[in-house]
Amino acid sequence: MIVVAAIAHAMLGGGALLALLRLARGPSLLDRVVATDTLLVIISASLAVHAALSRDPTVVPVLVVVSLLAFVGSVSIARYVGGMLLQSASGDGRDVGLPRAAEERAAEPGEGRR
Amino acid sequence: MSALAAIADVVSIGCLLAGAFLCLTAGVGLVRFPDVLSRMHAGTKPQVLGVLLVMVGGAIRLHGLAATWMLLLVAAFQLLTAPVSAHMISRVAYRRRHVRRDLLLVDELRETERRDSVYRGDEPADAPPEHPGQAPQPS
Repeated sequence: MIVVAAIAHAMLGGGALLALLRLARGPSLLDRVVATDTLLVIISASLAVHAALSRDPTVVPVLVVVSLLAFVGSVSIARYVGGMLLQSASGDGRDVGLPRAAEERAAEPGEGRR
Repeated sequence: MSALAAIADVVSIGCLLAGAFLCLTAGVGLVRFPDVLSRMHAGTKPQVLGVLLVMVGGAIRLHGLAATWMLLLVAAFQLLTAPVSAHMISRVAYRRRHVRRDLLLVDELRETERRDSVYRGDEPADAPPEHPGQAPQPS
């Protein structure tokens, strides 16, 4: 059981660390939204794994709250970016403060695929 | 009876390990894939299948009906909310041109992009449409 717990928590921790890496590097806001969503799902999955391996149902109500918070957060950020897009005059949001689009960044020669 | 308990333990541990492995693949895909849509494709693997597997494993191992129903509630919430949030994020990502359209094979939204700025009833309610009076032009 200890070996199973170590393997499961190592895989969950590796996934969470890679999601954190994308959250730090991600070139756009939407990449960070996707990374945050995945990170919250991994956290709730690791809480469920801990509860199952130790047979302790104390943290199970926390899972309901976390799974709802991930949805509310990603939807509210998507609506925020969509509202900024509809208010911008140039159509891509550069004039209201959104960063450069990924297509323009990929079209430049010095910048590779990230 | 102890043989049945042993089989249940093995099944639940297999489900938990498979769910944890899906979480690891989600992290790898998030780092390696090139744009928002493919990263979302990798990131929604643990959101549906991984969470379902972990919830099945937890429901087998945890005793008591209250924990089982609450884990079922979490799985139902994930199944309901993952398509909605993925739809909103991918639509905004396409409009923001964060999708690498040179990597796409089929792009059905590109022909209707001109009509996309016309009010059709499913825009965000807190932002006005750009051309509210016009009907979509058939092309």
